[in-house]
Amino acid sequence: MRRPDGRDGHNGREGHDRREGHARGLLVRFTLAERWVHHLTALLMLACLVTAFMLYIPAFATMVGHREIVKPVHIYCGLLLPVPTLLGLASRAFRLDLGRLDRFGPHDGPWLRSGRRRAVVDGRGVVPVGKFNAGQKLNAAFTAGAALIMLGTGAMLTWPDPWPDRWRTGATFVHDWLFLVIAVVTLGHLWEAFRDPGALRGMATGRVTGDWAARHHAAWFDASGGASEGVSGVGGAVDVSAEARGDGPPA
Amino acid sequence: MAGAARRWSNEGVDEQRGTPVGRRIVLGMLGLGAAGVAVGASVQREVTRAFSPVSGIGDVLPAVGGFRFYSVVGTVRTPRDLRVRVDGLVDHPRGYSLAELAALPQTRVRRDFQCVTGWRVPHVEWAGVALPDLLDAAGVSSRARAVRFHSFDGTYTESLTLEQARRRDVLVATSMQGKPVSHDHGGPVRLFVAPMYGYKSLKWLGRIELTETVHPGYWENRGYDVDAWVGRSNGRDDAPT
Repeated sequence: MRRPDGRDGHNGREGHDRREGHARGLLVRFTLAERWVHHLTALLMLACLVTAFMLYIPAFATMVGHREIVKPVHIYCGLLLPVPTLLGLASRAFRLDLGRLDRFGPHDGPWLRSGRRRAVVDGRGVVPVGKFNAGQKLNAAFTAGAALIMLGTGAMLTWPDPWPDRWRTGATFVHDWLFLVIAVVTLGHLWEAFRDPGALRGMATGRVTGDWAARHHAAWFDASGGASEGVSGVGGAVDVSAEARGDGPPA
Repeated sequence: MAGAARRWSNEGVDEQRGTPVGRRIVLGMLGLGAAGVAVGASVQREVTRAFSPVSGIGDVLPAVGGFRFYSVVGTVRTPRDLRVRVDGLVDHPRGYSLAELAALPQTRVRRDFQCVTGWRVPHVEWAGVALPDLLDAAGVSSRARAVRFHSFDGTYTESLTLEQARRRDVLVATSMQGKPVSHDHGGPVRLFVAPMYGYKSLKWLGRIELTETVHPGYWENRGYDVDAWVGRSNGRDDAPT
């Protein structure tokens, strides 16, 4: 039955299909509170970036004009930027995820250096990535640090009176150049998200398929132990990969 | 529910045993940010010098040392037939078209442009009619003590004492870097007061009015110094331009 013509015994595709057939259950990746923190922060960040272009890049500044409207929008969005995160601290799930983003495990260094970050065998990521991969952790840390620096230097520029001239010019220097880095990193974050519908769905609905989790976050998938969640078929999926591993040589 | 709690605790414990790299990155960045604020003025001066004279890239990215675009109104629409009037306490009030300004003797000034907010554009070349030449042509009344400038829409004003206005490095500028002053830089006609902060160099000039007293200008009503010498006003110590 399994190998009627002896061709597809080590064919990862078959294991993949069967896994999908079985793993209909969804895993909870982000709670509602976590998603709100993300969406509000994203909205504020995009508003800051768009208004920054309109205030700072001469071509946009002259095209749009209306500094008297754009400037307060930029300032208020910047001041509000940390608020969703601070409110999110009330959520236990959010605090746990912050801890996960903070800590680098034994696999994160090798994952970053490895050329096989996306390697998947039998529908399962080769590197046992936890809930977040090292790239996501770096992005989170950078975004947090950058937001705090922009908040500090932006406040110095909004209320310049207490500061000596040299510090104001220094704050302008930091605000100007870090803006460029943030714009690039944010575009990179959007790029990575939009080319992965599974991840996008995880942030939009809070749920991901077991299949997606096993491919991208194998260790988290195991720890979420679909079986203990009572997700039908996930245990079966694990059996399938064991079977497939036994059948064929590792890719 | 119990299952979910166990799942989090099991996995959470594993992942929370690792190195707190994220926290170190955030703290490191905050340190770098503070250092950047402390030494950024010097670094920015070097960056500006390295890119000087600013060409195309400064128009895309002011941080390399280009102009930053500030306007106090939402939009600026230049009238088709712009004339710069000289009136007030003068013997011969009159308006000048662009062609008439161009026909007068031209004066060139090459100076750094210093903004009171800190940025500086090195070696900008301006050309136009020296203000004292226009004042002489108009015949200044003996009662006049100051000159007031109006943008053509009347929103922005500036003033100089008559003594300041008679300096040869105060221009009614129609040319910048060898080309007509562009709209975004305050063209077709703007004021350029070489030794003072940028807010004195009114953009989109429409009227020059001789007055008895100095009327504080747009930003001066909002706290800036009326005598805006670079390096000797507004609590700043920039090198004079």
